[in-house]
Amino acid sequence: MDGTPATTGEDTWEVAGRRFRSRLIVGTGRYKSLEETAEAIEASGAEIVTVAVRRVNLSDPNAPMLQDFVSPKRYTYLPNTAGCHTASDAVRTLRLAREAGGWNLVKLEVLGPPPYLYPDMAGTLEAAEALIKDGFEVMVYCADDPVAAKKLEDMGCVAIMPLGAPIGSGLGLTNPFMIRSIKQQAKVPVLVDAGIGTASDAAKAMELGCDAVLLNSAIAHAKDPVRMARAMKSAVEAGRDAFLAGRMPWNYSADASSPMTGLIR
Amino acid sequence: MQCPLPFATFRHDMTDRITITVNGEARNVASGDTVARLLAAIGLDTRKVAVERNEEIVPRSIYAEVALAAGDRLEIVHFIGGG
Repeated sequence: MDGTPATTGEDTWEVAGRRFRSRLIVGTGRYKSLEETAEAIEASGAEIVTVAVRRVNLSDPNAPMLQDFVSPKRYTYLPNTAGCHTASDAVRTLRLAREAGGWNLVKLEVLGPPPYLYPDMAGTLEAAEALIKDGFEVMVYCADDPVAAKKLEDMGCVAIMPLGAPIGSGLGLTNPFMIRSIKQQAKVPVLVDAGIGTASDAAKAMELGCDAVLLNSAIAHAKDPVRMARAMKSAVEAGRDAFLAGRMPWNYSADASSPMTGLIR
Repeated sequence: MQCPLPFATFRHDMTDRITITVNGEARNVASGDTVARLLAAIGLDTRKVAVERNEEIVPRSIYAEVALAAGDRLEIVHFIGGG
């Protein structure tokens, strides 16, 4: 990204009044090193990165920090509430994030228990309400449930982010019909968040009409994360173009591409 | 060597040192110390962390004014990699 403002007619998307070119948001977790994190994120072309909020290590206060490798001046930090299983923990975490980073665009996730870490929608709705009241702009991780998604949108969430499959599972889009339904009824951006395993999954999410894709493990746990980051960048762009181009109809019989006239006899 | 007189220990703690909890660990600080002094003693760059005291955010702008009290529970956090 060269940091220049997007021009009119360029295919961009907007969340909470901020405009972005890249439709890929990447996580910064699970990499082997901070160097690898920085390199993979660069290759992904992402402009927004998710980050977690955790206690500092008091015994090693000079340990290198994420900010030293992934600059918040260059990338929009999207603090998350990973690991929060109650609304109050999520709200506390994001208040700390706002103080640490000075901005109010956040990713809310209130999770149910392992092994699925499926979104806890009761907790999510409760936390979203409190955060919006407190001035946050909430991008919300949620179940692939059009009714809950609509409630979150009506409440004032700035982006709806249903899961493709459980976090870190790499299972892809397990319910594409629901993702499409959520997108069709929404007036705010819809992102597939969680479950993406490989490039074709990201392309598929974009082909369904999603505004962007959020992923982490698919890159970080690939054998070659930097190459997979590049693949994801291409996949999101390809999927977006395919969506805008409009795919051909499904036919259940053959329809030859070559003319049937002028054949030799 | 521990002072054999419990009263003496008690009096010493009350006058000079207080115990607070920082990120789940007990820590002795001088009575009258501020959040700013605590962060400096730990060696943290205040621009990269956020502080919560007894579940209330301490704004960065007032670190030097907030005096620590015995029993305070502080959380000092920063951003790390996450999805």
